[in-house]
Amino acid sequence: MNSAHTLLVDLSRVQFAMTALFHFLFVPLTLGLSAMLAIMESVYVMTGKEIWREITKFWGILFGINFAMGVATGITMEFQFGTNWAYYSQYVGDIFGAPLAVEGLMAFFLEATLIGIFFFGWNRLSKLSHLTVTWFIAIASNMSALWILIANGWMQHPVGSYFDFRTMRMEVKSFVDMFFNPVAQAKFVHTISAGYVTGALFVLGISSLYLLQKRHVEFAKRSIVVAAAFGLASALSVVVLGDESGYLTGVNQHMKIAAIEAMWNTEKPPASFTIFGIPNLKTHTTKYEVSIPYLLGLIATRSLNEPVLGINQLVDIAKKRIKNGIPAYIALKKLQKNPNDTSAQQTLKKHSNDLGYALLLKRFTNNPATATSQQIQQAADSTIPNVPVLFWAFRFMVGLGMFFIGLFTLALFFTTMRNFSQRWFLVLAVIAIPLPWIAAELGWIVAEYGRQPWVIDGVLPTFLGVSSTSTSQLITTVTGFAVFYTALAIVEIYLMVKYIRLGPVQETTRKEIT
Amino acid sequence: MIDYATLRIIWWLLLGIIIIGFAVTDGFDLGVAILHPFVGRKDKERRIVINTVGPVWEGNQVWFILAGGATFAAWPYLYAISFSGFYLAMFLVLAGLILRPVSFKYRSKVSHPVWRTVWDWLLFLSGFIPTLIFGVAVGNVIQGVPFHFDETLRAFYTGSFIDLLNPFALLCGFLSICMFIMHGGLYLGIKTENPIRHRAIAFARVAAILVIILFLLGGWWVTTYMQGFAIKQIASHVGPSNPLYKQVITHVGAWIWNYDIHPYFLIAPIIGIVGALCALIFANVVSSRIAFVSSCISLIGIITTFGASIFPFILPSSTNPNESLTVWDASSSQFTLFIMLIATIIFIPIILAYTTWVYRVMRGKVTDDFINSNKSAY
Repeated sequence: MNSAHTLLVDLSRVQFAMTALFHFLFVPLTLGLSAMLAIMESVYVMTGKEIWREITKFWGILFGINFAMGVATGITMEFQFGTNWAYYSQYVGDIFGAPLAVEGLMAFFLEATLIGIFFFGWNRLSKLSHLTVTWFIAIASNMSALWILIANGWMQHPVGSYFDFRTMRMEVKSFVDMFFNPVAQAKFVHTISAGYVTGALFVLGISSLYLLQKRHVEFAKRSIVVAAAFGLASALSVVVLGDESGYLTGVNQHMKIAAIEAMWNTEKPPASFTIFGIPNLKTHTTKYEVSIPYLLGLIATRSLNEPVLGINQLVDIAKKRIKNGIPAYIALKKLQKNPNDTSAQQTLKKHSNDLGYALLLKRFTNNPATATSQQIQQAADSTIPNVPVLFWAFRFMVGLGMFFIGLFTLALFFTTMRNFSQRWFLVLAVIAIPLPWIAAELGWIVAEYGRQPWVIDGVLPTFLGVSSTSTSQLITTVTGFAVFYTALAIVEIYLMVKYIRLGPVQETTRKEIT
Repeated sequence: MIDYATLRIIWWLLLGIIIIGFAVTDGFDLGVAILHPFVGRKDKERRIVINTVGPVWEGNQVWFILAGGATFAAWPYLYAISFSGFYLAMFLVLAGLILRPVSFKYRSKVSHPVWRTVWDWLLFLSGFIPTLIFGVAVGNVIQGVPFHFDETLRAFYTGSFIDLLNPFALLCGFLSICMFIMHGGLYLGIKTENPIRHRAIAFARVAAILVIILFLLGGWWVTTYMQGFAIKQIASHVGPSNPLYKQVITHVGAWIWNYDIHPYFLIAPIIGIVGALCALIFANVVSSRIAFVSSCISLIGIITTFGASIFPFILPSSTNPNESLTVWDASSSQFTLFIMLIATIIFIPIILAYTTWVYRVMRGKVTDDFINSNKSAY
């Protein structure tokens, strides 16, 4: 792999990360607010009190501003696989494309079609029909998340598929396995819970702001009650089911969990959990370690005697798999010349689970068939993700998760006591508004940056997945996205602030005037 | 399970149906976006025009997203090569499609005239650019696109962005713009009152005439000057999807050979022209509904003509014709096509049902009153 290609890969990754992280600013709030709108409107329909209608409408406006950006930036995601990851798309489209298409058919179509009726249908539909529309929007946005995470879960843990040399791609063996992929299921629950926390904290924080300013007090108190209860349940679910995710990465993605832990060598089980430390990528050591005994072993393996493998041991395993993959690579080369070579077919079949590992060598040599032991070592070392980044991203995320549980516990406590005047708490809730976004973005980094060097775990290295475009085109689009998205973010924040300032009561009077 | 060759044909048809779904629904949204600064002269008028599509455009746009998803799932080679090959053009489309929801939603949220004028022109571009590029892309597919594979089936595209803007492709681009202006104008004919309605219909009529002229011109060009493609020999229609195992010949006028083999294919171009003609004639009759339906039929005819002419090709390669993508060697596996077909059979009727319901709820003309009584109006 030459340096031009390295640059192409890096730019493609930068662009994908940038657009995905930007898209993911809007997704959690859509998930959280849509569910809360459904709850709020249910209260309205059940109690018949007008104020709940106003509450639903007000949060609905903020939801709408956010939703527009979510849709806009989501289109980029749907097409970027083709534009920038063409070889990836071709290599796994048979499997990966299906959940994306089903997401459109089953979820996004419903959500997008009904969203217009949500805003324009207040006077055209009965109370119950409108409530049904709102619930369907909430359900559809959750279904969207489900299908996207089934697709993503497959990248993390590619089940139900096999490599077909005739078409040079992965093909489906079982959609059932793909759907019930444990990684996808855990990720789904973890991600939507994180979305609910974002929505709840958004409502809690803005309502607290109103209470501090002594505006819209009745409105704010009611919103806080919903946010506190919903938020606490979700915050607990994120952490508990985040643990579930940890357990699963333990089985499927050993390297990711070892990197998150900066655990260089296998410990005697059960392994300890490092709370603090300075991991060093070069020397393979972690300095100033502070750890809790047994904890990691329990989280990751749910047992006292199963070891959690260390990075150095995992590199040794990778090395074995690379060596085992080389015959598969050689057989594949033969089959490309003569697809009917039966002995090559048999060799490929026998070694095909490790073909992806042999492809890692392509970064260090043009011909993996003749790789030297030094190149094999390099390729094995390349399976180590960026340990310090994962180590810290994970710790901040978990810390924030714990903080949210505390915050919502307090919120629930104060609302149960009918105490809405704890100034320090209200201030804290306002300051905390951006934190769920930070946690969500860190979560994305742990999951996706931690997947490197693979785009499909164990199957296709990231650097092979890119399109054969030119770097100048990529520089154009990376710059374009950076400028364009920044401008959009500014407009979005400006409008959000404007409508938050206007507040719900203003909204009512404005309607009465016009 | 259904036979692989049949499944491939079905998915070729389904892709066509999804693209048609996009054109007849989101087509008028794009047309309205292009027309709105011209048919709406005052701010209130522009708001009325925008609000005719306000409650429905979001759902309509999903046809486009679904077309992307379905191409990815059913025709992965097509998805990979066309999107990466038309790289900068795709990004212009994306930029347009990102601007659109934002323009819709944000335009009327601030009342300063400069803010609104800026968003108006951005909204215009968000309709104009994607519409132009869709046509340009089709124009390039008809001529063949420069790409080839290496032995690992990695595709290399050797053209450039400027090459895409050749005369024939631009003709197709203008045709596409006229199609959506006709369509959007007639939609406004149903949804608005005079004077907006009057202006919109005038635009639609001119566009309908241009649609007929440009379509005939394109047809003449393809018949008499352009190299078409035809399969000389292919191992099997049910073989593994690998585009390297066939022989293709190119010949001037080869794109109309299908009409010799299957004369009934001629229905497609005929209804393309007759539809536009009826749209022109009925544009101002009663509610413009007949004209709008005629316009739908015209769009269906024109898009089907494209598909029928190049069948079984889906992306011909101009530099290595043998490596062109065809229905027989560029699809997903039989199993994926089958499962996706089941999902489609279940969900498309449901989608059509709730979409129809939404249009029913939102039926009627958009007037001043509508804008004033809806605080969520765009």
